[in-house]
Amino acid sequence: MTEDTTKPGLSRRTLLKGAAAGAGLAAGSGAITGFPYVMSQEAKVLRYLGTAVNAGDEISKKCLADTGIKIEYITVTTDDVTKRVVTQPNSFDVLDTEYFSLKKLVPSGNILPLDAKKIKEFNNITPVFTKGQLPSGKKIGDQGTAPWKVLYLEGKDSKTFAKSPTEFVTLIPTVYNADTLGIRPDLIKRPISSWAELLNPEFKGKASILNIPSIGIMDAAMVVEATGQYKYADKGNMTKAEIDLTMKILTEAKKSGQFRAFWKDFNESVNLMASGETVIQSMWSPAVTKVRSMGIPCVFQPLKEGYRSWASGFCVSKGVSGKKLEWAYEFVNWFLSGWAGAYLNRQGYYSAVLSTAKANMDPYEWAYWMEGKPAEKDIKAPDGSLLEKAGAIRDGGSYDDRMGSVACWNAVMDENDYMVRKWNEFIAA
Amino acid sequence: MALRDRPSQFVAWLQAGPMMLVFLVFFLVPLAFVIIVSFWDYNEYEMIPSFTTRGYVETFEGCLAQLPELCTILKTYLKTLKLCFLVWLITLVIGFTVAYFLAFHIRSKTWQIALSLICTIPFWTSNVIRMIAWIPLLGRNGLVNSGLVKAGMIDKPLEWLLYSEFAVVLALVHLFTFFMVVPIFNSMIRIDKRLIEAAYDAGATGFQTLTNVIIPLAKPGIVIGSIFVITIVMGDFVTIGVMGGQQIAAAGKIIETRLNALQFPAAAANAVILLGITFMIIAMLSRLVDVRKEL
Repeated sequence: MTEDTTKPGLSRRTLLKGAAAGAGLAAGSGAITGFPYVMSQEAKVLRYLGTAVNAGDEISKKCLADTGIKIEYITVTTDDVTKRVVTQPNSFDVLDTEYFSLKKLVPSGNILPLDAKKIKEFNNITPVFTKGQLPSGKKIGDQGTAPWKVLYLEGKDSKTFAKSPTEFVTLIPTVYNADTLGIRPDLIKRPISSWAELLNPEFKGKASILNIPSIGIMDAAMVVEATGQYKYADKGNMTKAEIDLTMKILTEAKKSGQFRAFWKDFNESVNLMASGETVIQSMWSPAVTKVRSMGIPCVFQPLKEGYRSWASGFCVSKGVSGKKLEWAYEFVNWFLSGWAGAYLNRQGYYSAVLSTAKANMDPYEWAYWMEGKPAEKDIKAPDGSLLEKAGAIRDGGSYDDRMGSVACWNAVMDENDYMVRKWNEFIAA
Repeated sequence: MALRDRPSQFVAWLQAGPMMLVFLVFFLVPLAFVIIVSFWDYNEYEMIPSFTTRGYVETFEGCLAQLPELCTILKTYLKTLKLCFLVWLITLVIGFTVAYFLAFHIRSKTWQIALSLICTIPFWTSNVIRMIAWIPLLGRNGLVNSGLVKAGMIDKPLEWLLYSEFAVVLALVHLFTFFMVVPIFNSMIRIDKRLIEAAYDAGATGFQTLTNVIIPLAKPGIVIGSIFVITIVMGDFVTIGVMGGQQIAAAGKIIETRLNALQFPAAAANAVILLGITFMIIAMLSRLVDVRKEL
């Protein structure tokens, strides 16, 4: 956001960073071969690259207390996580990223899969990830880069996703959610039940979408389907003709002044909604919670066409081995052991291992967040602030209701390059 | 002759050396890399070092096929140039006026320094904070709109105050007028006051003095200030993005979108195009005045 410089600056910076990382690595490896004694005395430190979703201070503090592993967060935006893995694989140890970016990351050869056998709770991971179905057996929508399509590799160094389960897991699942539109019920003053409302001229100049092309176009595709203009074979993997069609509809909406602004960053979405600049927009669950905690009514509105879902998980950099790799497994096992899962569930996300998270939550919390029941007591955020008064019901209801209604997953399309060019055309229109 | 020349030449090279080295390592080499990469191929996750003009060809996609409608890149550059021209014009008028006031109407050095420092106020906060601050001011329910509504001047809030070209130009002018003020002030303060007296004695009106004496003598400052403003605005994507609600195209924004999609060669090609166009504008400006001679 603060990068004002033009291109020579960018490449220069990248060059320097690369050089610095290289120097750091050289120094580090020198220390390992030269002084094994010193190494064994060293504190357990893992550099953790990811977005702000999981990077909570509480999590790293609790992790240090439980395992002695010190987590150093490198927190950047979704796009920059991918950029960093591809250009500077030695600048991090543990990677926390979304499944849809695997189509770019795995072929780069810069990440290593983890061994399912070393993950204690692997068999308890929700079947949402492993089979594409709810614990009850109900199938989930599989359009886009659904996690179960890219969960396994054929071998340790393979760059091919395996069709059936293997022990080589691309990303150990941690957190996921079902996204939908956020609305201001006080300003809209009528029920909203369809994605079609996003482009309804009634909200001219008061709507917004996400300015990440690959996600923004999927929200647009939800609208196109909802208005009955077209039915996609796979919204997450459009043909060129489908991209043209979707962009045309988006462009018409833009030209007629439908959108107030596009947002890219969590806080931008909160500001737009809280200030009343927008009344309907694509949003993330904790952003809705943030607006609501400011005393402004905001609903994460369930829609009849379903949700656009996302999921993320852990893997390690290709440069990680030996002790560091052991710590990484220790950390991932700790993350799935319940405390962190409960912490994520309390923010409105979902944890990958439901059983351990449940054991770390009070029954009334579990009932509110996961079962869609009215809150028996006041619902508190992880930091202790009041989220909902007793009696409130979670938007969209239970886990089964929300995850069961997923229509598509965040994706990288085969025609990504074409889509990005079309997106620039859309902005210029 | 040659023998005596050599040591002094050597010393001259030595003196220029550090600057040349910095220039080479931090400007020419990265620039060369950008140009080289702009001719590479790429896929979803890596750059492929083979010669191709794909980055350029795809950038100009549809420029002939879509005629008479403009293609993406031309539309984007027209928009960027338009914003650039507006910002340049407004910063020039404001910057010249402020510099004129500082140079000719403020007599004491202390006050001149104090007042120029006041011009730096926009730089006291971070870019991000300034951006966020515009929403409560210009937004639909912002101070300006609610003030105008209360005063009965408008019935409903003005939508174009925020997330519009107006907002972009306003924010850029607010940011960059200072870059005009400083060089113009610097040129003006060096104007021999006796020239103005002479013009007055010769019967020139105030306006004639301005156009025949002050503007020609302040030209180097005007050109340098213009170069600052134009180069910054041509490459900007942050301010245009935030104030335009990410809905206004900018040359810098195309590069950003490409970078975020890991399409580095395409981004590099766009960077080279932007550099070329900016360079042409600067070349035109420096034909107006020989900056080196005037300094």
